[in-house]
Amino acid sequence: MIATADQIFVLLQHWLVSFLPAVLQPVAAVLLSVVGIVAVFPTLFALAVWMERKGLGRMQNRLGPNRVGPFGLLQPIADGIKSLTKEDIVPLSADAVVHFMAPVVLVVVVFMGIAVLPIGRNMTLVSMDSGLLFFFAMGASTELSVFMAGWSSRNKYSLLGAMRGVAQMISYEVPLLMSSVAVVMITGSLSLDKIVAAQNQYTWGLPHWYIFTPWGLAAFVMFAIAATAETNRSPFDLPEGESELVAGYFTEYSGFKFALFFLGEYVGMLSISGLGTTLFLGGWSAPFSILGFVPSWIWFFAKVMLSICVFIWVRGTLPRMRQDQLMNFAWKFVLPLTLLNLFVAALWRILGDGWQRWALCSAILLLAYGLMARIGMYREHIGPRKYRYAE
Amino acid sequence: MTPLAGYLLVAALLFSIGLAGALTRRNAILVLIGIELMLNAANLNLIAFWRYGPHPEALTGMMFAIFSIAVAAAEAAVGLGLVISIHRHAHTTDLDALNRMKG
Amino acid sequence: MSVIFYVLAALTVAGALAAVLLKNTVHCALALTVAFAGLALLFLQLDAQFAGFAQILVYIGAVAILVVFAILLTRGSETPKDGVYSRNWPVGLVIAACVFAVLGWAVLHSISAFRQGPSAAPVVTVLDIGNALMGRYVLPLEIVALLLTAALIGAVIVAMHEKERPK
Repeated sequence: MIATADQIFVLLQHWLVSFLPAVLQPVAAVLLSVVGIVAVFPTLFALAVWMERKGLGRMQNRLGPNRVGPFGLLQPIADGIKSLTKEDIVPLSADAVVHFMAPVVLVVVVFMGIAVLPIGRNMTLVSMDSGLLFFFAMGASTELSVFMAGWSSRNKYSLLGAMRGVAQMISYEVPLLMSSVAVVMITGSLSLDKIVAAQNQYTWGLPHWYIFTPWGLAAFVMFAIAATAETNRSPFDLPEGESELVAGYFTEYSGFKFALFFLGEYVGMLSISGLGTTLFLGGWSAPFSILGFVPSWIWFFAKVMLSICVFIWVRGTLPRMRQDQLMNFAWKFVLPLTLLNLFVAALWRILGDGWQRWALCSAILLLAYGLMARIGMYREHIGPRKYRYAE
Repeated sequence: MTPLAGYLLVAALLFSIGLAGALTRRNAILVLIGIELMLNAANLNLIAFWRYGPHPEALTGMMFAIFSIAVAAAEAAVGLGLVISIHRHAHTTDLDALNRMKG
Repeated sequence: MSVIFYVLAALTVAGALAAVLLKNTVHCALALTVAFAGLALLFLQLDAQFAGFAQILVYIGAVAILVVFAILLTRGSETPKDGVYSRNWPVGLVIAACVFAVLGWAVLHSISAFRQGPSAAPVVTVLDIGNALMGRYVLPLEIVALLLTAALIGAVIVAMHEKERPK
C-alpha cells in the first residue's frame, strides 16, 4: 500500500501504456512522462509566483494580492490571461527572427534540464550515466538566450542588461560546477540517481544527506549563492534591475513572449532548486527513517518548494549588489573557497570514519572562511565603506 | 546503420566550408569562426573512427576529441583576445585593411 | 537511424553554411551555435555521450559566448562599406572546393569506409573515462592543464588595457 502510493505515477504510466501495441510503447511511455513534467512544473510555477507575491508583500509590511480568489490564489491565472491577451509589440528595427527565438530557446533549454532530475523513486525521465553533465550543459545554454534577447531588441538598455547578465552567469557558472564536483567526487558517479541512492541511507534514524557534513554544508551554501546568481535573482538581479535598466534584457518584450521569459526564469529556479535538492538534501529520501512511509515524490517537491521559499526570503531581505562587487565576490571569494572545499572533501574521504574527520574538516573550512571573510573586510574595496562627510 | 562514409563526408564538407569561410571573409572574427568549424570537423572524424574502429573500448578516439575540444577553447580565447587588441589599436577588424606589413 | 543522421547532418551543414555566408556577424555567430548543437547531436548518435555533452558545455556555453562578446567589443555588427567578402574571394572558394574534392574522393574510394562497423554500442561510463584520464592519458591531461593556464593568463594580458605611460 505504501509502495503503491510511492510508485503511483510509475504504475499509472505502465497501465496507460499497456493499451498500445508493443512497438509504440517506449515512445508512449516517454511522451506520458513529458506530459507529466509539462503539466506539473508550470503549476508549481504558478504556486511559486503566488508565494512570491504574498511572501514579499508580508515581508514589506503589506498584504499581497487578495482579491482574485481566496487569499489571491487565482492571481497567477489572472496574470496569465493578462499576458496572453496583451498586444505583442516588436520594435521596428529589432531583429525579428532572433527576437522571436530568444524566449523559445530559454523555455526549451530549461525544461530539458528537468529531464534528468530524480523526482521520486524510479521516476527519472532520462536516467543517464552523466546526468549532471547534461544538466550543466543545459544551464550553459541559457546564457545564449539572454544574449539573444538583449541584442535583438536594438536597445541600449537591453544590450547593457544582457551583457551584465551573461558576464554574471559565466562568472558564477564555475563555482556552481566546482561545488557539485565535491559531491561527485564523494559519490563516485555523475549519475543523479546514484547520488540520491548514496544519500538514502540512515544511521540512528538520521539520513546521510551531504548537507550534514562540513564540506557538504560549505558546498551547499556556495551552490545556493551561485544558483541565485545563475537565475538572476536578488541580490544578483542587476541585469533586470528595475530602477536602472527599465527591465534589462526583456525591456522590449510584451505579451506572451514576456510571459515565456517569466516562465523560463521561474522554472529555471525550480530546476536548479531540484538539482540542489538532489545533490545536497537527499533528493527524494525522507528526513528520518521512520517517515519512510510518505511517498518519495512528496519529499522531493516539499524540499524544492522550501528552497523556493528561501529564494523569496533572500529577495525580500538583501539589497542588490553592484556589478563589480558581484564579480569580485565570485572570482575572489566563492571560487577559492570551492577549490578549498574540494580539497576538504578529498580529506574527508581519505580519513575514513570517526570524529577526527569531522573536527579536521570543520576546522579547515572555518579557518579559511574566517581568514578570507573577516580579514578581507578590512580591505578597502571589500569591507564596509568609510564615509567622508562635508564639514 | 549509417556507414562510416556518411560521417566522414559530413566532416569533409564541414571542413571545406570552414576553410572557405576562413579564406574569403574580411572580418577577423569570421576567420576564427571558420577555424572553429575546421576543428569541429576534425573532432567528428575522430569520434566516427573511434565508434567504427576495431577497439572502441580503448577510448583513444574519444580522449583525443575531448583534448581537442579543450585546446580549441584555449585557442579561441587567445585568438579573440588578439582580435580585440588589434581593434583597439587599428580601430578596424577588416583584414584587407590590416596590411601594414605587406611589401 | 539513417533518417535521423540525414536530418542532423543537414542541420549541421546548414548552420555551417549560414555561419560563413551571412552578412550580419552576430547572425553568423548564432548560426555557428546551431552547427555546434548539430555536431553535439551527431556525437550523441555515435554513442559518445561524454564528448557530446562536453561539446555543448564548452562550445555552446563558452566559445560561442566568447565569439559574441568579441563581436560586440569590436563593433562587428556594423556592416563595412566594401562588403563582407575579401578581395580575393574566388581564390579561397576554389581552394576550399579542391580540398573537399580530394577528401571526398579519398573517402568514397576507400575500402574500409563502407565496412559495417560493430553494431553493439560501446558502453562508455564516466568511470572508464576517469580511469583513462588518470592512467594512460595523465601526461596529456597535465599538459592541457598547463596550456589552459597559459592561455588564460595570456588572453588576459593580450586584451588588457595598457596603462598610460607617464608623460
